[in-house]
Amino acid sequence: MALNIAQFAVLATLCSAVAPLVFLRLPYLQIRISFLLLGVSGIAAAWAGGLALLSRTTEQLILPLGLPWLHVYLRLDPLSGFFLFIVGFITFIAACYGPGYTREYIGGPNSVGPLTLFTGLFVGGMFLVLLAADAFSFMLAWELMSVASYFLVVFQHHQEENRRAAFIYLLMAVVGGAFLFLAFGVLAAFSDSFSFAAMQTAPLSPTWASIAFGFAFVGFGLKAGIVPLHVWLPQAHPVAPSHISALMSGVMLKVAVYGFIRFVYGLLGGIQWQWGVLVLLIGSASAVLGVLYALMQHDLKRLLAYHSVENIGIIYIGLGLSMIFSATNHMEIAALALIAALYHCLNHALFKSLLFFGAGAILQQSRQHDMEKMGGLIKKMPVTAFCFLIGCISISALPPFNGFVSEWLTFQAALQGPILRSGIIGAMIPVAAAMLALTGALAAACFVKVYGVIFLGRARSPEIAEARDPSFGMQLSQVILAICCLGFGIFPTWTVRALNTIPQNLMGAGLAGGAADGWLWLTPVSSQTASYGGLAVFFALLVCWLIVFAFLHQPQRDNRIRIAPTWDCGFGSLNSRMQYTATSFAMPIRRIFSFVWLIFEKVEPAVEGKGPRYLLKISDRFWLMIYVPIGKLMLKLAERTAFIQGGNLRVYLCYSFFTLLFLLWVIV
Amino acid sequence: MTGWIWFWAIVKILCVVLLAPLMAGWVKWLKCKLQNRQGPAPWQPYLDLQRLARKQVVLADTASPIFRIAPYIVFSVTIIAVSAVPVITVKLPIAALADVIALVGFLALARFFLSLAGMDVGTAFGGMGSSREVTISSLAEPALLMAFFTLAMNVSSTNLSTVISHLAQQHFTLYPSLIFSSLGLILVAIAETGRIPIDNPATHLELTMIHEAMILEYSGRHLALMEWAAMLKLTLYSLLIVNLIVPYGVALTLDPGDLAFAALIVTVKLFIWSCFLAVSETVQAKMRLFRAPQFLGLAFILTLLGMMSHIILEVQ
Repeated sequence: MALNIAQFAVLATLCSAVAPLVFLRLPYLQIRISFLLLGVSGIAAAWAGGLALLSRTTEQLILPLGLPWLHVYLRLDPLSGFFLFIVGFITFIAACYGPGYTREYIGGPNSVGPLTLFTGLFVGGMFLVLLAADAFSFMLAWELMSVASYFLVVFQHHQEENRRAAFIYLLMAVVGGAFLFLAFGVLAAFSDSFSFAAMQTAPLSPTWASIAFGFAFVGFGLKAGIVPLHVWLPQAHPVAPSHISALMSGVMLKVAVYGFIRFVYGLLGGIQWQWGVLVLLIGSASAVLGVLYALMQHDLKRLLAYHSVENIGIIYIGLGLSMIFSATNHMEIAALALIAALYHCLNHALFKSLLFFGAGAILQQSRQHDMEKMGGLIKKMPVTAFCFLIGCISISALPPFNGFVSEWLTFQAALQGPILRSGIIGAMIPVAAAMLALTGALAAACFVKVYGVIFLGRARSPEIAEARDPSFGMQLSQVILAICCLGFGIFPTWTVRALNTIPQNLMGAGLAGGAADGWLWLTPVSSQTASYGGLAVFFALLVCWLIVFAFLHQPQRDNRIRIAPTWDCGFGSLNSRMQYTATSFAMPIRRIFSFVWLIFEKVEPAVEGKGPRYLLKISDRFWLMIYVPIGKLMLKLAERTAFIQGGNLRVYLCYSFFTLLFLLWVIV
Repeated sequence: MTGWIWFWAIVKILCVVLLAPLMAGWVKWLKCKLQNRQGPAPWQPYLDLQRLARKQVVLADTASPIFRIAPYIVFSVTIIAVSAVPVITVKLPIAALADVIALVGFLALARFFLSLAGMDVGTAFGGMGSSREVTISSLAEPALLMAFFTLAMNVSSTNLSTVISHLAQQHFTLYPSLIFSSLGLILVAIAETGRIPIDNPATHLELTMIHEAMILEYSGRHLALMEWAAMLKLTLYSLLIVNLIVPYGVALTLDPGDLAFAALIVTVKLFIWSCFLAVSETVQAKMRLFRAPQFLGLAFILTLLGMMSHIILEVQ
């Protein structure tokens, strides 16, 4: 049943890709049809996923497609169901948002045809990755997702910057795909089959398992954007249209996380603790460096993209903890850490899409993506401002919103570290917890900056002063996501209970505690150890507020408020340039952590006719330290081997022929 | 029976909220005496709050709704944070509401809105205060969590009631982890409550202030709430320090005799802590802002050392 609905969802996305091409002359109709079908497929996918997760069943299907001995295996179990739910739900919300947002592209330099075509293929690719149950169709779907999203990134290709970003993205996707081929290749070699069911039982030696793990870690990590493989992410995500940015940041990264979980827990099995330590370390590094890089950005969408690196880091911290605990046979704690990571996947999808939708609304209204030119938007766009505020609070992991719950669960898992009774790992876990704490605090600092600079204060440019709330669909999608952020924050027990089926399915052990004290209190280990009541906190907050308000607004008093100009110390009127900017707000942090970035700072003194100038350039250390040398090396190698390219067609055919012979010889 | 527990829990919250200005006024009075100044009476904050609550609110014309809701959120969230801290007894029905991580989360939520309010009017002062506040807290918060984690791992619980009752019942041993994390906790508390040497609650000099810069544009009842929340935060941290570092004397039962004794002990502990605070503020000068990271870095290293020594040395 669930699998049939999922297949219907895939078909609907393919229709949404192809059907609008019939109406190439009618761009409005084209957009409407495309997003309508996309929305339908999103609902279907979320339904199928939710059904698979809640009914705790696994459905399989073998489609007689492709080569005679290479059928397409489809499977929907709770893990893929959960991710299908996330992808489907965010797709549905993006389909509500899309029509209003893409309207501005009509009559622009680029036809909307490619946009609708590749959006459908991209979403369809993601659905198929989640449903695939053999390496062959998994890789096909994976590449479909990568290539389709490349065309979405390069959609506004008249700008040089976008083409460059998309090229880097494609390059990294190809490299990532190659690593995945190697990872699946190892498993396929030992199991003589491409189907996941056969791979699961493949007799792998620990060394080969570690090698396969290494390939998968790099391959999925490239797509997920862990440090130091993240460099494509802050370039590609900001230049795509905003609803695509939301899908890429909120959802596509989760598909990579799904792949990693499926590969490690589902296919490899026999997890070794060293893998967990690696994942934990890389996760901690991604979390801290991601948020530090985000703090230095003043392009809103790029800032959000760096926050995706941070959040993927948090998810990887949870996964690393889970792997360490399951390798040392503490299955309940491993289940807790896995649930924390999965919960954060859901939360990140919700609030990151919300924030990207908000950024898109601002971009559409003001054509501005530089935060230094914004300000005072809360009075111009109240609905967007309110939803964005909820997104900011959620991503900063503040109670009673959803980001807090998943970080709280991760902390609870980390605090069980001492049961490992091993010095090295035992010392590693607190360091990861410290990094997570630092990340949370810095994220809150960053989002004070974001919200304060964009929505509060005075407008810093005339275009910003003209901004208004966007169209109804765009407002609605933000409101729905904001409500979800609150809902998953104050009703965590139901979510945790639903998620509990996934570790039960993968590791054979789930949480014992969960909701031992009733649905109101979240008690992951036991009620003595720790508990958190999201709903109670929310109501206590409201009650306190009401009491304080009533106390201060006693009817016999004159409660009127006098509005007056801001006190300017008698120096004449204040203007918008006197405010703190995003750069100046982050300056103390830049000074404290100055070793993290490559900072170029220069003050040019005033010359006649021109005032003094301040130049500041902050670049990504990893780009210059790792990628630029690799690029140079590749160029050099290419120059050396260029002599074999004579330009003669017959020579090239000869090369192909001998390569083919060589490969045949290898196989035989 | 459960009804009575809830009643007493609410009485406890009310007591802490109502006595917080006295605590702040008392520390101020003590400091003035130590510095050979006359100083206002310890109950002066009550008079200030009453005056502010009666006065009309003057709002800047650039202020947004955030500016008006922030005082209520900051104050309410601080009250919720207070409700999770055991004062004289560990029998706390509200303990299930929130553990130490949630407590840190509440304080962070209050700070989030406080910093937003600072940026709202669009003056340089507010932005400066917010920028400094988030910088300092982003260093202090991890240290605070680490200190709590060390204590939590000691008794394998993050629930404050459980932590304190375990620590109080434990046979007294001077663990290295407890020493390190206590020292770190004290440093964090000094930074987070805006005391010397990080911030000076008595100053209005633009180059030095942090908290005062953020609330510079507030007036009337809004200012009263912000000031009261700051006093409440001082009391909250004081209670955390005295009850976590020296948990002895906190009542483990609801016996009236125990409770009265515990109330006495807590008062004595708070008295000693406030003397320490006043003396330390008298003998020190305020640091330059860019030396604050070293101070907080020390706190972070201390708490991390505490946790490491717990895991490496003390776990059997």
